[in-house]
Amino acid sequence: MNDWFTIFILTLDATMRVSTPLILAALAGLFSERSGVVDISLEGKMLAGAFAAAAVASIAGSAWIGLLAAIAVSIVLALLHGFACITHRGNQVVSGVAINILAAGLTMVLGLHWFKQGGQTPRLDNEARFLSLDLPGAQAVADVPYLGKIYEELISGHNILVYVAFLMVPFTYWVVYKTRFGLRLRAVGENPNAVDTAGISVVKIRYLAVICTGILCGIAGAYISTAHNAQFVRDMTAGQGFIALAALIFGKWRPFQVLFACLLFGFLDALAVRLQGVSLPGIGEIPVQFIEALPYLLTVILLAGFIGKAVAPKASGIPYVKER
Amino acid sequence: MKRLIPTLAIAGLMCTNALANDISPAVVYDKAGKNDKSFNEAVYNGILKFTKDTDIKVREVEPTNEAQVSQGLSKLAKRKSSPIVAVGFSMANALEAAAKEFPETKFTIIDMVVEQPNVQSVVFAEHEGSFLVGALAAMKSESAKVGFIGGMDIPLIRKFACGYEQGAKYQNASVEVMSNMIGSTGAAFNNPSKGGELAKSQFDKGADVVFAAAGGSGTGVYQAAKDGGKYAIGVDSNQNHLQPGTMLTSMVKRVGDAAYSSFMDAKNGEWEASVKVMDLKAGGVDWALDEHNRDLITPAMEKRMGELKALIASGYIKVHDYMSDNTCTY
Repeated sequence: MNDWFTIFILTLDATMRVSTPLILAALAGLFSERSGVVDISLEGKMLAGAFAAAAVASIAGSAWIGLLAAIAVSIVLALLHGFACITHRGNQVVSGVAINILAAGLTMVLGLHWFKQGGQTPRLDNEARFLSLDLPGAQAVADVPYLGKIYEELISGHNILVYVAFLMVPFTYWVVYKTRFGLRLRAVGENPNAVDTAGISVVKIRYLAVICTGILCGIAGAYISTAHNAQFVRDMTAGQGFIALAALIFGKWRPFQVLFACLLFGFLDALAVRLQGVSLPGIGEIPVQFIEALPYLLTVILLAGFIGKAVAPKASGIPYVKER
Repeated sequence: MKRLIPTLAIAGLMCTNALANDISPAVVYDKAGKNDKSFNEAVYNGILKFTKDTDIKVREVEPTNEAQVSQGLSKLAKRKSSPIVAVGFSMANALEAAAKEFPETKFTIIDMVVEQPNVQSVVFAEHEGSFLVGALAAMKSESAKVGFIGGMDIPLIRKFACGYEQGAKYQNASVEVMSNMIGSTGAAFNNPSKGGELAKSQFDKGADVVFAAAGGSGTGVYQAAKDGGKYAIGVDSNQNHLQPGTMLTSMVKRVGDAAYSSFMDAKNGEWEASVKVMDLKAGGVDWALDEHNRDLITPAMEKRMGELKALIASGYIKVHDYMSDNTCTY
């Protein structure tokens, strides 16, 4: 019994690690989409952020400087998206796709040119990474049955960006629902005309929103390359930006529901890793392909029948044109 | 008349040049580029050696996407380069098309079989190399549990897995081999996060040596091994330097030798369109021992590896090739 408990806790522990970039990216998407700017370039911004973090951290020798670089690069891409979609009222999906392609190509070309390691950045030493933190007392309570294990394995022993991601959820809730900026953000996404009539600049609010998106995507990217891994590898985000987008829809654009969706996807991923090659009683061995497809299948099935309609912000995807 | 002399001299020079340079070799690397510290770099080193030994320059193409591969191949063929070496199985389709379009040109593909009258295919006996590192993993493991992490779930990767398992079991019949694949698409070769997670889960289940045949995802596995204080085994080229101290060894494929000998054969007029199998006996695959893993290998282990190599080379041990019948029975 104790064995099963340990396996369960270790799976949840892996869930925390795997969900972190999803949570950050999904919250990033939340800011943007709540303001009415559809953003499918979460993937590209994370990838560029991951590259910037690993490249700068390997040169500067500090994970924190890498993190700042990741945020800066990600904000630049977010502003590019904003410039195309907000200022010039371009098609938001097209701009997003363009940024994804740009990030995939640019990280590869710059990586090849600068580091000459097949598009990878040099491996980071421990000083240049975000390492696991042991929370106070973790070792002391490790022997306490169940609760001690939960504290030691599950809550303690993650790197700081994991904690940042989880704290970001209540913070995002507070910003979106309890502040003046949040009210305007939501209003701009639902009915920009009303906001404009009230004398508030729609363009300014939307730009602020995409900057928030940039910051969070940058942190997610830095997590992938300098905390979860120790170098940048070509296309290393591996579609997590799109899973985050699915989680955002799944969570109906609300922070805590989004957190739940990300944890669910992360848990499935962590479970898949552990289920692979294991024979389940009565079912036999589950093929890798099925496990891989599970998050997407689940999104479709649950959205279709169980959690009800996911209604996007009303002005989402529509560029704002001032009436004359 | 005065003008004629230098012209003649130049013509004479060109003649001798033409005799020495009777081949005009070329190479197309894959997307990772020639300085990738891995597969392509091994080929590049083979080419440097060829240029040094023969004074013949080799044309190089470094494509950055799929479309440029076929463009590069046909451009080289149009410029009368021959033989043209294509590095990696991903170029098979492009190479087959080019081989049909330019039947006079000699092509060599590494890591894949393309059946055309003007194509030489060089394949490696990865199962034999994997057998060796599997046996070494079983020797090193204290928990008698070893792991395998593959990239994309394709027969080529299963070939590694099967050889590794057979080697581990040959060394120690009671050893448990865990085997995981990262995914079922090409992205599985560039997903170090997932590779690391799989490695951690195998460590949680008690494994203490893992072998990654997963391209770029392997770095995640090696990092997880270092963070967890376990051992990892590299693949394709000597990757021992990536994490000195926790890289037990690497399963090396001598791709540089393949490119070198293809050019040499062409120069000596011995090049033929056939399937060349670079096995352990031919020195095509091996395990890596250098200053980075010297301390991890005891003299007894080294001696045993030598014995195993001799046994495989002599044919006493038959390592099963998964791709021969798509099953792993040995």
